[in-house]
Amino acid sequence: MKVTEKDVAYVADLSNLELTEEERAHMVRDLNSILGYIDMLNRLDTDNVEPMAQVSDRYGVDTSKAGSERFAYANREDILFGLRPSLPHEEALANAPDADETFFKVPKVIER
Amino acid sequence: MELNLLTIDAARSAIQERKTTSMALVESFYARIQKEDSAIGAYLTLTRERALEQADRIDRLAAEGKPLPPLGGVPVGIKDVMCTRGVRTTAGSKILENFIPPHDCTAVARLEAAGAVVLGKLNCDEFAMGSSNENSAFHPVRNPRDLSRVPGGSSGGSAAAVAADMAVVTLGSDTGGSIRQPASFCGVVGLMPTYGRVSRYGLIAFASSLDHIGPLAKNVKDTASVLRTIAGRDPMDSTSADVPVPDYVAEIDKPVSGLKIGMAEEYFGDGLDAEVRKAVEDAIQSLAKLGCDVVPVSLPHTEYAIPTYYIVATAEASSNLARFDGVRYGYRAKNARTLAEMYRRSRDEGFGAEVKRRIMLGTYALSAGYYDAYYLKAQKVRALLTQDFDGAFRKVDAIVTPTSPTAAFQLGEKANDPLAMYLADIYTVTADLAGIPGISIPCGQTREKLPADWLADSW
Repeated sequence: MKVTEKDVAYVADLSNLELTEEERAHMVRDLNSILGYIDMLNRLDTDNVEPMAQVSDRYGVDTSKAGSERFAYANREDILFGLRPSLPHEEALANAPDADETFFKVPKVIER
Repeated sequence: MELNLLTIDAARSAIQERKTTSMALVESFYARIQKEDSAIGAYLTLTRERALEQADRIDRLAAEGKPLPPLGGVPVGIKDVMCTRGVRTTAGSKILENFIPPHDCTAVARLEAAGAVVLGKLNCDEFAMGSSNENSAFHPVRNPRDLSRVPGGSSGGSAAAVAADMAVVTLGSDTGGSIRQPASFCGVVGLMPTYGRVSRYGLIAFASSLDHIGPLAKNVKDTASVLRTIAGRDPMDSTSADVPVPDYVAEIDKPVSGLKIGMAEEYFGDGLDAEVRKAVEDAIQSLAKLGCDVVPVSLPHTEYAIPTYYIVATAEASSNLARFDGVRYGYRAKNARTLAEMYRRSRDEGFGAEVKRRIMLGTYALSAGYYDAYYLKAQKVRALLTQDFDGAFRKVDAIVTPTSPTAAFQLGEKANDPLAMYLADIYTVTADLAGIPGISIPCGQTREKLPADWLADSW
């Protein structure tokens, strides 16, 4: 078993999930089964392989440039109005489970 | 005239020539949905008002004798992971059960600008995670060709709606096979375009380096017609490519003779159903008779595609789905005492089992101490898988494979074994990882239906 109950509790915390006791038990079983299968990747020697994070790296990138210049293909003009007007306030708040006229409302963050 | 069976061109011409109206067409599709969909479950939301408004616009153009736009009056359905302004968009999840987007997905907007009439929003696996449509938080979709079987997933509603004549064409999304696999299970055509070909603005993100939007239709020509409409650079999506859009419809008429077709033995190994194998091999024979050159190619890293996919996709998903926290939109748990408790309980109660499983797997793969072993390793194998295709496409124009190892399976058959479900995507995830396009075209029938997949080099 690679993944223990303790690991599941830790990862759930990182994921902002609580999980019931039953869900945690299932998660231990399922993650071990899936990761056991995924371990076959270790049969491949990838020491000299460059990782591929993005398909678009293959099409747009100018490899002769450094830093963000490499990704110049993805740039657009930073126009606030015209291309992309901001949402009206009431529309931006319309889907909020709790809001007043100005802000999203959430439970208290700081205890006094 | 059987209104529900019309192709795009036939529907548009019938309205243009006043043999029917867009309104009559829309009503006939809603009647069909009313009659058939309680057994199938393809639609989650109907957009009658929006449809009738658009139909009226098209009918007035026709009445004035003005030429209709390319999709003028064509009834379409949209997978419910694409945002529609003012229309509930759920992603098949309880956490978005009441979400009403303030914006339209670019692909949907482009369809409507071309005259298409949106009938409604289509059921899917929650956040497009699944291969059977059993992960919808609302209800599963059933395969119109056999109601005891799944329609595939995650675009199960999109495939079922086309197969049951409840839309002329639909949009789906494909991250690991989610357009092509349900298309094959339901016996329709499903196309995943090249990565970057179609804007994802307004698509609820699952795994951003893998997500694609594409059409499902009854034939290749309608598929091409929709792709021509939705393809092309969109300033709202920086990953949409600035590459000219050819006239895909005109390209279809070109003969196939002389094309070099690759056949990769890795796609015909253990686990492939005998009937599926036979149908695909027969299809390749037919292509040879039409003058195609069938050439063996090798894609040696194919067996590593599923493990690679389930690391990359879940890692990206864990990050993308962090935004669902019960603050700005979506479900919020009641009576939480602190902000942290509100976040956790909202996500616990709002997400289904498969979504939580993938968030956990992805978070684990990205966590300190495991990043190199899993995420970085998977990115490197992804490069190898992509190089396999680069090599093959130096020799051939396209590769023909089965879409799925089996025909549609029974509801419940794989529901309790996530790994078995993941393996249903074994022939489709490779194209998503490499960014190349793939199309599933029916090429036979088992007791149920049948699939063949074409993979081609980009653009």
